[in-house]
Amino acid sequence: MSAHAPAARLPRWMEYGLLPVLNLVLALLVSGLVVVVIGQDPFEALGVLLKGAFGSIENIGYTLYYATDIIFTGLAVAVAFQAGLFNIGGEGQAYIAGLGVGLVCLYLDFLPMPVIIALAVIASMVFGAAWAAIPAWLQAHRGSHIVITTIMFNFIAYSVMVYLLVHPLIEPGQMAPQSRAFAANAIMPSIKGVAAVVGLDLGAAPLNLSFVWALIAAAGTWLFIGHTSPGYAIRVVGANPEAAVCAGIRPERAIMLAMLLSGALAGGLALNEVMGVQQRIMVGFTAGYGFTGIAAALMGRNHPVGIILAALLFGALYQGGAELSFDIPDISAEMVVVIQGFVIIFTGALENMLRPTLARLAARLEGGRAQTA
Amino acid sequence: MAGAEQPPAVALQGISKRFGTVLANQDIDLAVASGTIHGIVGENGAGKSTLMSILYGFYQADAGEILIDGTVVRIQGSADAIRHGIGMVHQHFMLVETFTVLENLALGAEDGPLLRRGLDRARRTLKQIGDTYGLSVDPDAIVGGLAVGQQQRVEILKALYREARILILDEPTGVLTPQEADHLFKVLAALRQQGKTVILITHKLREIMAITDNVSVMRQGRMVAHRKTAETSAAELSELMVGRKVVLHFDKAPARPGATALSVTGLHVTDGAGIERVKGVDLTVRAGEIVGIAGVAGNGQSELLEAIAGIRRPRAGRIRSGDIDLFPHPDFSSRRVRDHRIAHVPEDRHRTGMVGAFPARENVLLGEQDSPAFHRHGLIDWKRVSADATAKMTHFDVRPCDPTLKMANFSGGNQQKLILAREMERDPILLLVGQPTRGVDIGAIEFIHRRLLALRDAGKAILLVSVELEEIMSLSDRILVMFDGRIVGEVTVTDPGAVDERMLGLLMAGCQPGQPGVIAR
Amino acid sequence: MNPVKLSLSVMTAAAALLAGSATGGRAAEAIKPAIVYDLGGKFDKSFNEGVFHGAEAFKARTGIVFGEFAPTNDAQIEQGLRNFARKGFSPILGVGFDQAEPIKKVAAEFPKIKFAIIDGDVNAPNVQAISFKEYEGSFLAGALAALTTKTDKIGFVGGMDIPLIRKFSCGYAQGAAAINPKIGVTINMTGTTGAAWNDPVKGGELAKSQIESGVDIIYQAAGATGIGVLQTVADAGKLGIGVDSNQNGLHPGHMLTSVMKGVGVATDKTFTEALNGTWQPGNTVLGLKEQAVSLAFDDENAPLISADIKARIDALQADIIAGKVAVHNYAEDNHCPL
Repeated sequence: MSAHAPAARLPRWMEYGLLPVLNLVLALLVSGLVVVVIGQDPFEALGVLLKGAFGSIENIGYTLYYATDIIFTGLAVAVAFQAGLFNIGGEGQAYIAGLGVGLVCLYLDFLPMPVIIALAVIASMVFGAAWAAIPAWLQAHRGSHIVITTIMFNFIAYSVMVYLLVHPLIEPGQMAPQSRAFAANAIMPSIKGVAAVVGLDLGAAPLNLSFVWALIAAAGTWLFIGHTSPGYAIRVVGANPEAAVCAGIRPERAIMLAMLLSGALAGGLALNEVMGVQQRIMVGFTAGYGFTGIAAALMGRNHPVGIILAALLFGALYQGGAELSFDIPDISAEMVVVIQGFVIIFTGALENMLRPTLARLAARLEGGRAQTA
Repeated sequence: MAGAEQPPAVALQGISKRFGTVLANQDIDLAVASGTIHGIVGENGAGKSTLMSILYGFYQADAGEILIDGTVVRIQGSADAIRHGIGMVHQHFMLVETFTVLENLALGAEDGPLLRRGLDRARRTLKQIGDTYGLSVDPDAIVGGLAVGQQQRVEILKALYREARILILDEPTGVLTPQEADHLFKVLAALRQQGKTVILITHKLREIMAITDNVSVMRQGRMVAHRKTAETSAAELSELMVGRKVVLHFDKAPARPGATALSVTGLHVTDGAGIERVKGVDLTVRAGEIVGIAGVAGNGQSELLEAIAGIRRPRAGRIRSGDIDLFPHPDFSSRRVRDHRIAHVPEDRHRTGMVGAFPARENVLLGEQDSPAFHRHGLIDWKRVSADATAKMTHFDVRPCDPTLKMANFSGGNQQKLILAREMERDPILLLVGQPTRGVDIGAIEFIHRRLLALRDAGKAILLVSVELEEIMSLSDRILVMFDGRIVGEVTVTDPGAVDERMLGLLMAGCQPGQPGVIAR
Repeated sequence: MNPVKLSLSVMTAAAALLAGSATGGRAAEAIKPAIVYDLGGKFDKSFNEGVFHGAEAFKARTGIVFGEFAPTNDAQIEQGLRNFARKGFSPILGVGFDQAEPIKKVAAEFPKIKFAIIDGDVNAPNVQAISFKEYEGSFLAGALAALTTKTDKIGFVGGMDIPLIRKFSCGYAQGAAAINPKIGVTINMTGTTGAAWNDPVKGGELAKSQIESGVDIIYQAAGATGIGVLQTVADAGKLGIGVDSNQNGLHPGHMLTSVMKGVGVATDKTFTEALNGTWQPGNTVLGLKEQAVSLAFDDENAPLISADIKARIDALQADIIAGKVAVHNYAEDNHCPL
């Protein structure tokens, strides 16, 4: 429940600047070694990756599209983490949110587009929150560990959704377990038009208004966590539940609120994938973004700005990685996953590896400054 | 009991241990004769536990020597201690709750990688030890499912299984019911009969008088006396424990008690483990007075304070503030208690009073997070919170006066001043304050004491819980002594210098349990 | 060359062979075919691999290299198709029904490029939709199993529970019932997520429990999960039926047959048609008649099948091709008559 203390304190510029960059460089270095081992030129590979991620407006559009998913799930993990909870269930919550979004788009498509969009946004939040509500209640009132229950709820979500898509929701005569396509007025509008106005051609990039919603959600999360009393209560519960009780805060309520909000944020993924890109409900549209969100939250230090930056990095890896395996077939799709894994390991899991060294360095710098002062 | 020619089982010579600026143990000598039960008594913080931790290898002494059976030994860890035949039963048990009794016994003594052999040996030995000392425990029971007393038995068995000849018990009866305690004493007597040496750390003089052969008294890190139990009395020990204390004298105006701010009647409270800690307490606190609750830690004061603060739900009884029922009430909560202008400085500030990872200003907001004064347009107005934090930090001389500094980076005294500032400046009608000066340096102590008195003089009611007797004596207008969950004595203080602290010490040590009598002077 | 590099090269020899030789063949400029695999990956010992081998055969014959891409999520399917189209690859073959939507979309953007899809249903002027009557092959497999079983209990282990796999199980059950209406057919699906294609341990467990209930022949349509099914069946001394490619060689003596789906044939066919200029868009449904679906009869399983039984199967096959025996297609109404 309680948040762990970092191994060593660093000055801000090291904590938020130098350390993540060093970790990223290390990750790229090790990935480069792997590329060399399979007989390819690592610099060429890096070039392809960067070009794939940022080489054109369309590629940037793809990167931002991937980032959208990861911003949502990253925020979801971060909000829960503020209450000291490790929500592994973003995947399942987003999946069920997809059902909510899909139901709105399938059955309310006689309504005008703005109304449908508003309803779909609400549905994504309500369905996502609802799927988080049971594990949250069990944690708050029965002490069932949220990690276990949310993982279990992921599996239940998979099964429920496959059942619904194989049976009632499937488009008749269609082989793939997926619903019919949404009507033209029941989709999340592309950003393409807006971009074209300012002279940017997004090409085929599936970037849509969900991206804007992700940025709004990030700003809202920042405001809520840092500047409202329920957000404050959540943080106190996460940092010291006993002090929270003493201060008149009810941990059960804070836990419920944090998890509901977390589920609602995870639901944003469904807006992007279901309503924006696939424009139908599909099996497995969450594609593991719920888990990538954990890495993004870890890397972004649970701060909305950090999460956006981390999501951009992961988005670039997804997009650049696809181009990499396309252009250099020897670097297979699995290799790209390995490279992404290195980035996660070095920037997330091993983030304490360089910390002591940097802390010593910081102390020496400080000492030097004190002497000269 | 032990022959004069036989060297003592344990001898400590000139042991000193310093933690930072605090001398926890200072030039300690101790000799424990083989085959005896030796008691060590002293107030909280007298250094008993530190001394035993040195003997068991948790800490290394800065100076001094340890002799086992007359030979100088170096004990650098519990493994060394075990090898020298020392076993320890901790206050908090060191058991794997999900393992069986047998598995716990074999833990660390597995006899090689094949568990079966170790377990078989354990089963045989367990039966043998159990028969010898009357320590029967089901070897296949899961430890987590055992009662506390039985878990303690497993701890003792564990030590004996490792062939301990010298057994240290740290406050063994603190967690036990009276029946379990009686049984423990029988076991200790059996151990003595079999030639084992027992060191018993306690602050309960009754137990010392009942079971030990010899007793040593510690006070403020020093060993102040050794006595044969038969040749001393509870009264003498109590006086030795408390010592002649220097009471800080304030220009303390006489209290002018007003209306009743808090009344507690027939309060019963159980702790997390289901043990009854408060056994029917009645008390009142009036506006403009400080009521101090004296007592050795673990006698129910903490639970009493938590119940009044709304953190721990009482089992029975009634708590009223003015004409408002706080308990029983469907919405019994710390939120409601706070809403009725009752402030609370918890005993353990690290655990419950603050959030170390948050900056000072966010700690000033703690408990006030819903106050409209700190909100603008529905959002927390951090500017105003900062200004308020700066003001409070200035009033209470919190250094450094930086509301953005992380709470954990302040010294203990400054943390406590910040918490006091937060609670006292919320303009309460009643302040509940636990251990206000625990771990606080001398200068801050005086500052905090003056502030508490000022609050009293401003007509507020204060309920003070402290294990520091001198603090209780110098601040309180009335002193209630708590022992074993009950109020066993009440003293109205007119002159702090004239309080009979020997009498208080005796009451605190439970030497006159029975009906609470008023010892007015 | 250091040893690590050497061994890795050997491991990825196949990949290196086709992608590394940019020097190309004689007719490289004639057409530039490409393949976008499905999310299961290229070397799945089944479907995708069948396509790969078909393309390899084409390359061996014509010397024409092909592009390939293995996407890791749904969005990348479309991306891969479009990337190939932009670079002028044609025909572009999408493997699996998942690609129906993306191909529909990308094909509309590139009307001059030829697209083909296996198992998908796409109606567009520049798309060839290739599908298979797996239910016909499964029907024959069911009939063969019913003729061979000694316990009158046969089993089926599917991968993920989707209509495609129901097509297999439904055809199998119909074929068995055609021989013996009272036969017991146990049908298990491994799971409801993509992981169900890749869980040989679970496949083995399902097979084991079927065997324990008396089943002595098990047909698997479960991707890599099926490897575990067939292993367990062989270990228990029972008979297994393979799927998609000829798996008879996996456990000789314990493989009754395999229901082969000619994805490689189809791949080779569409590439060759494009090269010859005979390529046509529209639906191509391949079944027993086109020999794109068939039972594998070879030396490995010859000892298991008597001439008598073989004759009955051949007769049934002729009847299906002639339309005398109708096999219900589950996908038509998402319903199995049994």
